[in-house]
Amino acid sequence: MDINKITIKEASRLIKNKELSPVELTKAFIERIETFDKNLNTYITVLADSAISTAENAEKEIMNGNYSGPLHGVPIGLKDIFVMKDVAATCGSRMLENFVSPYDATVTSRIKKAGAVILGKNNMDEFAMGSSNETSFFGPVKNPWNMGKVPGGSSGGSASATAAGLCTASLGTDTGGSIRQPAALCGVTGLKPTYGRVSRYGMIAFASSLDQAGPLTKSVEDAAIILNVISGKDDYDSTSVDVEVPDFTKNLNGDIKGMKIGIPKEYFVEGMDKDVENAVNKAIKDIESLGAEIIEISLPHTKYAISTYYIIAPCEASSNLARYDGVRYGYRTPDADNLRDLFFKSRSEGFGEEVKRRIMLGTYALSSGYYDAYYLKSQKVRTLIREDFKNAWEAVDVIVAPTTPETAFNIDEKTDDPIKMYLSDVLTIPCNIAGIPGLSTPCGFSSENLPIGLQILGKAFDEESILRVAHAYEKINNWNLKTPDL
Amino acid sequence: MKISKQEVLNTAELARLDFKDSHLEKFTEQLGRILEYIENLNELNTDDIEPTFHVLELSTPLREDKVLQLITSEEALQNAPEKVDDFFVVPKVIED
Repeated sequence: MDINKITIKEASRLIKNKELSPVELTKAFIERIETFDKNLNTYITVLADSAISTAENAEKEIMNGNYSGPLHGVPIGLKDIFVMKDVAATCGSRMLENFVSPYDATVTSRIKKAGAVILGKNNMDEFAMGSSNETSFFGPVKNPWNMGKVPGGSSGGSASATAAGLCTASLGTDTGGSIRQPAALCGVTGLKPTYGRVSRYGMIAFASSLDQAGPLTKSVEDAAIILNVISGKDDYDSTSVDVEVPDFTKNLNGDIKGMKIGIPKEYFVEGMDKDVENAVNKAIKDIESLGAEIIEISLPHTKYAISTYYIIAPCEASSNLARYDGVRYGYRTPDADNLRDLFFKSRSEGFGEEVKRRIMLGTYALSSGYYDAYYLKSQKVRTLIREDFKNAWEAVDVIVAPTTPETAFNIDEKTDDPIKMYLSDVLTIPCNIAGIPGLSTPCGFSSENLPIGLQILGKAFDEESILRVAHAYEKINNWNLKTPDL
Repeated sequence: MKISKQEVLNTAELARLDFKDSHLEKFTEQLGRILEYIENLNELNTDDIEPTFHVLELSTPLREDKVLQLITSEEALQNAPEKVDDFFVVPKVIED
């Protein structure tokens, strides 16, 4: 058995049949982390001791006949944005370097309750603001396919660790593409559920109207397994929606014959990497060969999504991050004589460049005299972007497009040019603005042997359709089975 | 330039952030370019468009008025940079 390739599904089958010990599996992952993570830097905190003791408990329960489901005894990672009781939660920032959470996020408590073994907290862009994992206070994460390349972001640690086999899967968050973009760049599956599907309680806030948690996995079925565990109404998050949660693994194998697949012409942007374009076009042909109907559609306001996002997200961030004042928790400057100094110095020393840039952008856009021109305008354009999708759903069941216009870029390539960096999310942002679910699944490799991602978007609360199309497509080429040599 | 150094300084005051002089130049330039980029929204006439502040129709959920102890005050204070008894400590605010 190759630990680096093992899926949740395979691990849980073996564990259930008592052919694989959760303790040995956990120890094997910890050994891999010790060997490879010095270079990859995918974990901020490794929970070796608590992971082994959780695995020991799981093993006892299973040996006693109390098997509790497909995550029982399975080692997974958790982006360092989810709080976990008595464990550090840094959110990739100096601001929270020494913060230890007194409680569990709902996502954390649900995966704990399902019996998962949490290996550690995955590296990420600071406060989830970034597309390359280079804004982390704890150093950049490397792409396991090429150590000179970024893994994408902000869930770059989760994507790289999953691709490199330093966990079976990881939980991430996606505000403008932060699950799907790194999944594409690292060659794994990444699912952003519908806004409201998963509770945000205990997930450190960036842009509350856009943030959503979801899995990064080695297969589409694994994404469905995790979604089953984390979905559903939560009393601690008033934006979690009380709708029925289907068993997402149940209809994965359904026929996609006759399904209507929309191809938005605006997603094939100018300057797009030829290898990406070819791989995505080939994937569309493959999906058509399964009997689905391919229909060209238009989402005319796509080109306004980045601007809309870079108003809405910074505005919400400037408000959410106002709480970091050096008083109740988080970084406090060692040299402040008065309260004003305490606020200014703690924030200026505790936050990194990109976070400050977004706080400033949001504060400016919300300041007196600019509100109508920026904030209100962006909320009106949000309506237009949503309407684009609403119109599309009259003709198609799901939408298929590239996840990113290019493959993984070089470390340091875009750090000095914020706009260039922001544009790497040009194809993932509209989904967050509309609140719909989106998934990225591997669809081939470039001439440089870098992974390429296929994005599948669906109607609100219809994750089942996108999972079904992704699963059917995955079985044709099995791109997901390719793993990097470390 | 979409934004002046003075506007950046005014915004920094509102955001409770300090910028060193050496940094201010670069930061002003970058913010200016981002603001220029997002200008493309003005190509759209949105006079008759309703804003979407949130994708969900939110209402205020109610629950029974019952005390729930989620964390203890000790836990709430465990991450305080400085504390005395049950209080967070800050530099003196009131003049002598």
